[in-house]
Amino acid sequence: MNIYGIRAIYRFEMARTFRTLAQSVAAPVLTTSLYFIVFGKAIGSRMGDIDSIAYGAFIIPGLVMLNLLNESISNASFGIYMPKWAGTIYELLSAPVSWVEVLFGYVGAAATKSVILGLLILSTARLFVPYEIAHPVWMIGFLLLTAVTFSLFGFIIGLWADSFQKLQVVPMLVVTPLTFLGGAFYSINMLPPLWQKITLFNPVVYLISGFRWSFYGVADVNVATSIAMTFGFLIICLTFVWWVFKTGYKIRS
Amino acid sequence: MPTSASMTIDNAVPIISLRGVNKTYAGGFQALKNVDLDIKRGEIFALLGPNGAGKTTLIGIVCGIVNASSGTVIADGHDTVRDYRAARATIGLVPQELHTDAFESVWATIAFSRGLFGKPPNPAHLEKVLRDLSLWDKRGVKIMTLSGGMKRRVLIAKALAHEPSILFLDEPSAGVDVDLRHDMWRMVRELRENGTTIILTTHYIEEAEDMADRIGVINKGELIVVEDKDVLMRKLGKKQLTLTLRQPMTSIPVGLSAWSLALRDDGDTLVYSFDSQEEETGIAELLRALGEHGIEFKDLRSSESSLEDIFVSLVHRPKGAMV
Repeated sequence: MNIYGIRAIYRFEMARTFRTLAQSVAAPVLTTSLYFIVFGKAIGSRMGDIDSIAYGAFIIPGLVMLNLLNESISNASFGIYMPKWAGTIYELLSAPVSWVEVLFGYVGAAATKSVILGLLILSTARLFVPYEIAHPVWMIGFLLLTAVTFSLFGFIIGLWADSFQKLQVVPMLVVTPLTFLGGAFYSINMLPPLWQKITLFNPVVYLISGFRWSFYGVADVNVATSIAMTFGFLIICLTFVWWVFKTGYKIRS
Repeated sequence: MPTSASMTIDNAVPIISLRGVNKTYAGGFQALKNVDLDIKRGEIFALLGPNGAGKTTLIGIVCGIVNASSGTVIADGHDTVRDYRAARATIGLVPQELHTDAFESVWATIAFSRGLFGKPPNPAHLEKVLRDLSLWDKRGVKIMTLSGGMKRRVLIAKALAHEPSILFLDEPSAGVDVDLRHDMWRMVRELRENGTTIILTTHYIEEAEDMADRIGVINKGELIVVEDKDVLMRKLGKKQLTLTLRQPMTSIPVGLSAWSLALRDDGDTLVYSFDSQEEETGIAELLRALGEHGIEFKDLRSSESSLEDIFVSLVHRPKGAMV
C-alpha cells in the first residue's frame, strides 16, 4: 500500500478546499440557512406536522442529504476532472499508485469535505429549528455511507466528463431533480398511490428516508431496505471504477 | 546492500528493456511497430525522430501513461505492467507540455510528487533539487505566476523529487532559454555522474550530439537505428572536399572516374565525397590528378557531416535500405 501516495492526494485535495473556503463551505451553509428561514420558519409555521414532526424539523434530514449529495459529487468530480483538464494527470498515471489508493485519496478527501459540511449544516439548523437525533450512531453511519457513495459517483462523473458542461450536466439535470422528488420536502406517503410506486425507483428516496429515520424514528421505506440500496449503489460505483482503471477507459490511451 | 560482484552484473543488464512493443491507437493509427530497445544503466540515451514518429508514445508506455497493444517493458528488473509499482517508483518523467497545477506553490507541488511516488518526506532532498534548479527563492510562489522556463524547471524538480534512477526528458529544451538549457545540461551530467540513467528526446540535434552516449532514431513508429553516437557518426558520417574552380567545367574528365566526384554550381565547384572510415582518403592522388588534367582551383575546404545530416539521411532513406 502506497500510504505516502494516498496522503499526498488527500492533502492536495483538502488544500484545494481550504483555498476555496467561501465557495466550498460558506456558500452551501448560507443556501441551506435560507431554506430553513423560508421553508422552516416562514412557510413551515403554516404547514401541518408530518408524521407528528414539525415541518421545519421534518425537512432537516432532507436538506442535509441534498447538500451531501451535491457537494460529494461536485467535490470528487472536480477533483479528478481538473488534472485531466490541466494535463497534470500524467503524474498520477505514471506514479506507483493503484486505483484503490487513488480512490482513497480523491474519494476520501471529497467525502471528508461533505461530512464536515453536513455537520456544519446540522449545527446551523439548530439555530433556526429545534430537533433531536434519535439514533446518532446510525445518523453518522448514513452520513458517512452516503458521502462515500456519492463521492465515488462524482469521481466516475469526473472520469467520464471531457468538458465542463458534462461535469455539470449530471448533478444539475439528474441529481437535483431526484433529490427534490426524493422526499426532501415531503413524505412519499403524501403522494397519490401510483406516484408512491414510481418514486420507489428513485434511489434518493432510500437515502433520505433512512437518514430521517435516524433523526425521528419514522421512515417512508424500511430502514434495512434503505441501507441495502445505498450499499448496492456503492458496489455498482466501485465495480465501475475498478473497470475504468483496469481498461484505462478515458484516462489511459 | 548489493555486493560489488552483483553490481558488476547489474551494469551488464539493461536498465530498460523493450521487447516487441506495438501500439495501435483506438483510431487505428499505428504509433509503434515492434520496437525492441535496451537502455544501458547509467547512460544518456537520445531518442531522435521527426514529429509524430512515436517518441512520446514510447516514453508513455515505459512510464505507464499509455498501454502498449502488445510487447513487454522491463524497467530496472520489473515488468512495467505486472510489477508496475516497483517499476514506476524508479522512473521520473519530465513531460513535453508544461502541465502544472496553477494554484499550487512550488514547494507544495514537489512535496506532492515525492509523496505520490511513495517516498517519505525529505525536505533536505527537496531543498537540494530546488537549489540545483535555481528555484529555491520561488518555493513559496504559486506556479501560475512563473514564466514558461520556470515552469519547465518546476516539472524537472517534480520528476526528481522521488530520487528516480531513470529520468525521462521529453523535449526538455523546447521553448527554453539559453540559461536554462545550460543549467539543465549541467544537471543532467551531474545526475549521470551519480548513476542516473537519462533518456531524452530533442529537436536540437546538436544537443544530442553534445550530450548523448548512444542514439536511437525512430521514424514512423519504427526504431531504425540504435548505435553509440561515435560509431554512428563514424559509420554514417561522410566527409567532403569542396574545390572552387578557376574555370568552370561542363563535365568531369574520364581520367578522374576513379574518384566519386560531382559538379555543383554550374560547374564552378567540384565536390569529392569520401568515407571518413577509410585510412586512405585519396585526396593527395586526386589533387595530383587534377594537376595532370590542368584543372586549377582557387579554394578548397573539407567538411564532415553532422549528426543532423545523418539523421536527415536516415529518416529520408528509402524503406528497407540497409544502414
